[in-house]
Amino acid sequence: MVVDARGCACPKPVLMTKEALEGIEEGIVEVLVDNPASKENVARFAQKQGCSLEIKEEEWGYRLIITKGYACSLPQVEDKTTSDKVMIFLSDSMGEDRELGQILIRAFIATLRESSVKPKKLIFINRGVYLTTEGSKVADVLKELEREGVEILSCGTCLEYFGLKDKLVVGSVTNMYDTVESLLGSASVVRI
Amino acid sequence: MALPLGEEVLAGLGGFEDAAVVKVADDLALVATVDFITPVVDDPELFGEIAAANALSDVYAMGGDPWFALNILCLPCAFPAEVARGVVVGGLRKVKEAGAFLVGGHSVDDEEPKYGLCVVGRVHPERVVRNSTLEEGALLYLTKPLGVGIVTTAIKAGLASEEAVEKAVESMRKLNKEASLKMLEVGAVAATDVTGFGFIGHALEMCSSGEFDIVVEVEKIPVIEEAFEYASMGLIPAGAYRNREYFSQKVVFERNVGDWEMVLFDPQTSGGLLVAVPEDRAGLYRYPCVGYVVKGSGRVVVR
Repeated sequence: MVVDARGCACPKPVLMTKEALEGIEEGIVEVLVDNPASKENVARFAQKQGCSLEIKEEEWGYRLIITKGYACSLPQVEDKTTSDKVMIFLSDSMGEDRELGQILIRAFIATLRESSVKPKKLIFINRGVYLTTEGSKVADVLKELEREGVEILSCGTCLEYFGLKDKLVVGSVTNMYDTVESLLGSASVVRI
Repeated sequence: MALPLGEEVLAGLGGFEDAAVVKVADDLALVATVDFITPVVDDPELFGEIAAANALSDVYAMGGDPWFALNILCLPCAFPAEVARGVVVGGLRKVKEAGAFLVGGHSVDDEEPKYGLCVVGRVHPERVVRNSTLEEGALLYLTKPLGVGIVTTAIKAGLASEEAVEKAVESMRKLNKEASLKMLEVGAVAATDVTGFGFIGHALEMCSSGEFDIVVEVEKIPVIEEAFEYASMGLIPAGAYRNREYFSQKVVFERNVGDWEMVLFDPQTSGGLLVAVPEDRAGLYRYPCVGYVVKGSGRVVVR
């Protein structure tokens, strides 16, 4: 939308800008003014309204490009220490050979602890629950991950099946419904 | 332009004085001024009062006592007669309050309404209060709050609150009579009234001799609080920006004063007197003290 406020005396350009901005939820309003006082007043008004502003000098005066709404809701760039990845552990071992697999999974979880980007959730299913219960060699590492904001979840049915229901030492119990929700709600799932 | 002047002219166009002063006897000089403005409020009587107070102020700023006044009225023919009557009734009320007589005037058909007065006052030739006769250590007083230019812009935009309108109107219609009488009582060394050039512009006139700086303590300046809100919304008269452009080279802002900056440049209608009182008599002048005079080079220093 273009508001041509050239030839208007203060406070008219501000009122025209106000009306234009009030008429839209979000979007861009271009205000044309022909004197520095109107330029400054319209700029002040736009900034007061929390809009973003760009001013271009033209032959005939100034073009103020005022953005209402979405410029303010752009995703903030921040230091990411947690990704939105969900990791699902279906066993207490990694790969085919069981003995090697148990060494590998301990190394994997220990490395996860050291990595700069952490997953959002770790879900333990089937024999995976042996990693979150008494006797687990990675319980301490998982506790540290939990302290850093990683959710540690163990499948309730699995705990019950292996008789480990009151042996859980890290994280909390989850059910199939929440597990499905987590998997569907996540941008990426890593199966271990 | 060369303007030949007789000895009897004590104040003329030179020196930014607020009104002309002509000596007519050893103990009597006449203070003469003419001033008229466009409407700042919708109500005709209030506008009349404000315009008259604004015109009378020039006489008060010189330490004069208004004696008689003549109307200057410009209105579109199409306006109802009650408007003209209202404006003049308001003006007359202020002329009477000043203890002066309304003795005539002139009206003109004009698209944009204007009203004001030509005022003649009396002053003792030796008691004329000029505006640039500062002395070191004098304290500076401001007798009305700043911000009326911004508030009247907000009024024009229909965005001024009732309280802000009332404060601005009360300030503008108030005569500078008492402030002037008191300034004569305490023996002020210099004074001017704050009008179109804003606080900074008129303060600069006071130090135009180039021997002094005026140091302004911004937090002490009386202001109509709402002016800050309106200034941040861009409801600032174009004149304030012109004043800033024109005067900024002679102003030193020692820190970022935020929206105060535009308030200090805001043109005032019927503003207060800016009065310099010698240090030893300063406590007697009961208005807000906003700064002081130091040796300098004709600048205003804002801190």
